[in-house]
Amino acid sequence: MIEVQDLTKTFGERTAVDHISFAVNKGEILGFLGPNGAGKTTTMRMLTSFMPATSGTARVAGFDVFDNSLEVRRHIGYLPENPPVYPDMTVESYLDFVARIKGVPAEKRAQSVTDALEKTNITDKRDELIKRLSRGYKQRVGLAQALVHDPDVIILDEPTVGLDPKQIIEVRHLIKNLAGNHTIVLSTHILPEVSMTCDRVVIINKGKIAAVDTPQNLTSQLKGGQRIRVEVKASEQALREQLAQIPGASRVQTEPAPVNGHVLATIEASEGKDIRSAIAAKIVEKGWPLFELKGVNLSLEDIFLELTTDDAAHAQQAGKSE
Amino acid sequence: MRNLYAIYRKELAHYFVSPVAYILIGVFLIVAGFFFNIILASAIQSAFSAQMQSTRFGAPADFDVPGAVSRSFLGLLSTLVLFMSPLLAMGVYAEERKRGTIELLMTSPITDAEIVLGKFLASLTLYAIMILPTAILLGFMNFRSDPHLPWRMLLIGYAGILLLGGSLLALGSLISSFTENQLIAGVLTFAVSLVIWVIDAGRHAEGWKGDLFGYLSLVRHYDDFTRGVVDTSALIYYCSFIFLCMFLTVRSLESMRWRRA
Repeated sequence: MIEVQDLTKTFGERTAVDHISFAVNKGEILGFLGPNGAGKTTTMRMLTSFMPATSGTARVAGFDVFDNSLEVRRHIGYLPENPPVYPDMTVESYLDFVARIKGVPAEKRAQSVTDALEKTNITDKRDELIKRLSRGYKQRVGLAQALVHDPDVIILDEPTVGLDPKQIIEVRHLIKNLAGNHTIVLSTHILPEVSMTCDRVVIINKGKIAAVDTPQNLTSQLKGGQRIRVEVKASEQALREQLAQIPGASRVQTEPAPVNGHVLATIEASEGKDIRSAIAAKIVEKGWPLFELKGVNLSLEDIFLELTTDDAAHAQQAGKSE
Repeated sequence: MRNLYAIYRKELAHYFVSPVAYILIGVFLIVAGFFFNIILASAIQSAFSAQMQSTRFGAPADFDVPGAVSRSFLGLLSTLVLFMSPLLAMGVYAEERKRGTIELLMTSPITDAEIVLGKFLASLTLYAIMILPTAILLGFMNFRSDPHLPWRMLLIGYAGILLLGGSLLALGSLISSFTENQLIAGVLTFAVSLVIWVIDAGRHAEGWKGDLFGYLSLVRHYDDFTRGVVDTSALIYYCSFIFLCMFLTVRSLESMRWRRA
């Protein structure tokens, strides 16, 4: 449904998007994950035909975003970071306007508007002036406008930002329900959102793609070996030295625990080794009180940080405990 | 066409939702009416003195009251319009840019030209609604005059004020597309209007300078209209001006696509 090849965007000397390539299949939900300034919004602006690329191509529904700009726009519903609503209009007249300019034929317009209102659960606000709506409702109106013409592709730029937890869940449900019939690309920097709603994730940083995969694959791929966390009452230095000596331990990181005098240590094991008993034995041998020992899974958050943190800082931290 | 209409409709509705339009129209009509009063009174005064002079000296007593009033009044309207139009046009694009709704328009399957034309026609409609009630004043005066002016002359006069206003609105909209700040757009348009006014004053200078200024002056071409004369060159002038402004506005919209977030 969407094919992006070598897409690049430079603003003068700054490269916002650097030769990225990816594809989105029909009916899929693709998440765009990245820190602020990574190039998510710029990429979306190019996909929606708002901004021309410096080089590379993007095709949506078979149409090139540059050569067939109008066609592309017919097939896309877009919700930018701030919902593009007119405060002085009522919800209904706004959606009617959007339906018109998106090319919904006159006979289908009223129904399309009603459907969009229902899907986003704002039917009771249809006669309300947009400026009187709360942020959450405005966001939903924004979502409704992206749906009103029943587009093949829906592009959402940070769709849950500013919503309360209940609304966030509703929006995620809505997005999940839309998949299949629609192809969805959403950007976010809220990590749980990605694992909950997306089929695949593109991690983007500084304009370049750092990883493309399903959330599960990413988690397991980078999990590597076992990770054990312990909470021990000991001196940080001594604990670190002892744990590092355990055969099979590939990396040890320590930090002071919230409780005074305690230390938290994370030990990474090389592939395939179960070092839990060895750790426990060592701690007991030294006579240190052991408060917690558990296996830790690499969360998407860790992967994200790992992939997007500066190499220099990362190496420094790794070197500290080696 | 459908897109054009959608934009037109929305714009026009917007004008009438905010109190600004009503206030502007109200103030304009009050000021215009006030001046009309003065112009009419002064014309009647001149007519009387011409009458007296003629009985005393035997000179012809013809003082064309309706003609004088209509020319003066239409002239006044043009000055009022020169200063009111920045207020009407300043928000046309600036507000959309500020709200981010321009992104909605530009990611929808409508052309930039449709956006520009739709907005222009809506602002022109608002302008016409503001101007046309003054026709009642002139019309009534003419109706009660004997001999009265041919109605065609009034028609032509108003065609002229519409063209002049249209030009200024197109200019104001263009300037509005340069910024997100309505006030800046308004002040800039006002400044350009002043320059236009000065250029018009400059046409009274001697020789080629006067000619040059006269040729450029947005207002001078309007003079003919006030006299009931339709000069095709004036028609072309205004239409070209409007077209140029709209063309540049389309380019301005396009340039928005190339800017950083």
